[in-house]
Amino acid sequence: MAQALSKPGGTKRPAPLRKPVKALPFPLSLGQTAIGKKWLMALTGLGLIGFVVAHMVGNLHVYEGPAVLAEYAETLRTLGAGLFPRGAILWVMRLGLIAMFGIHIWAAVTLNAMNVKASPTSYAGGRDYIAASFASRTMRWTGPIILLYVLFHLADLTWGWWLGDKFVHGDPYHNLDASMSRIPVLIIYIVANVALAIHIFHGAWSMFQSLGINNPKYNMARRGLAAGLAGLILVGNLSFPILSAAGLTDEDNRKCDPYAENVLECLEEQLVEEH
Amino acid sequence: MEKTMKLTLKVWRQEPGQNGKFQTYEAPGISEDMSFLEMLDVVNERLIEEGTPPIVFESDCREGICGTCNLMIDGQAHGPEKATATCQLHMRKYNDGDHITIEPWRAASFPIIRDLAVDRSALDAIQEAGGYITAPTGSASDANLTPVPKEAADSAMDAAACIGCGACVAACPNSAAQLFTSAKVMHMNLLPQGQAERWKRTENMVETMEEYFGSCTNHGECHEACPKEISLDFIALMNKDYVKSKIKNRKLSGQN
Repeated sequence: MAQALSKPGGTKRPAPLRKPVKALPFPLSLGQTAIGKKWLMALTGLGLIGFVVAHMVGNLHVYEGPAVLAEYAETLRTLGAGLFPRGAILWVMRLGLIAMFGIHIWAAVTLNAMNVKASPTSYAGGRDYIAASFASRTMRWTGPIILLYVLFHLADLTWGWWLGDKFVHGDPYHNLDASMSRIPVLIIYIVANVALAIHIFHGAWSMFQSLGINNPKYNMARRGLAAGLAGLILVGNLSFPILSAAGLTDEDNRKCDPYAENVLECLEEQLVEEH
Repeated sequence: MEKTMKLTLKVWRQEPGQNGKFQTYEAPGISEDMSFLEMLDVVNERLIEEGTPPIVFESDCREGICGTCNLMIDGQAHGPEKATATCQLHMRKYNDGDHITIEPWRAASFPIIRDLAVDRSALDAIQEAGGYITAPTGSASDANLTPVPKEAADSAMDAAACIGCGACVAACPNSAAQLFTSAKVMHMNLLPQGQAERWKRTENMVETMEEYFGSCTNHGECHEACPKEISLDFIALMNKDYVKSKIKNRKLSGQN
């Protein structure tokens, strides 16, 4: 292996791109190396996929009507109600999510910087990609798209920045309908969820590699699992904006006027009636 | 009658310390039985006769086992043929009138020496950091003294097939040396003889690798480029051993 060029005392070796650093105590030491960061990225990615799936499954309540969806939203706020104050558990989960996002993005940015430094020159005559998929080569674009989308999504349906007077706190069914009736917003939701599915398709497979989950008994299932997961998330998440814009969530389906003072009580009454 | 062809080569020429550029050369009278390197030899003979400095490229055994040849041919490391080093690529893969682009491997830690030759000694640094076992020397021990399960011997052999050519680094969009390092780490970690240094080896070789090369984003280009078809599975196994090496209580590493 390249013996001819590295005889002792012969050609000098190229200088390392990075100097070794003093190792921190155990869990922190993972953040100092690329494989450790990939491991953190895989674990936080797994957590975030868990959130995406749970979020999608929870949102399926939209197909049960405005009253059930409002009750689901209230359930989230009152998780662990007997033991903890209202909203406490929800905030613990939110902080966990923010931490996972933060670690995931920090690892991506620092690893990307390392890779740019390691490969400063591209092939002047061009290069062929044989194995690298569209998904794997666009991770650095789908990632930022998802980040911007998450911020947009929070501003749109959690904080209600752009819906203004149309935003009714505690009535997500109405907010979804109001938001999706705007075509540019609908397009943002569709594009971002396609990007999310592409990101998860490569990320889920990549996670097995990064964590070293590898066994000939199930290796062939890993790609299929990633594709199935991405497909499930794509179909589920796209169904909300598209069906909503198509009229599923329009105001015919509800008995309560969203702009009335007593909308929340009215939704509760509707829920009791439906049961 | 022997079939010959005329090719047009676009070759990267670079003097030490200067910027390089592509030069175009005509290559007439190429036999389809020649290897790619023999084709370059023919071109070089004519260049020498014309008084032009020949194209510098590396080769040694020319039978696909030494890992010295290294050319990026039409954007693919070791050319279009799968599981084949440049020296084993034959001109019968090409047609009369073809244009072929030949470039050196590109990575920050593979500086160009001249033309198509790059310095791959950073790979040696990784190997030196832990690519060894401790074995008693002196009289040879009995054969089969250490039982090795057949499956483990096979997979260690698959990893040991790595010839250290650096095609994985060349093909990687991040210039990562994960496939090379994982092959060198795992062919020892998989065997009983490699267990004594297992955690130290994994930690040291991975950390040396990260001083020189990029990180793995699981594209899989390295495996496609590899003339020995080293499996991506070794990367996963190395990742697992690396994180374990950080947690492992090495006072207990004598236990099974």
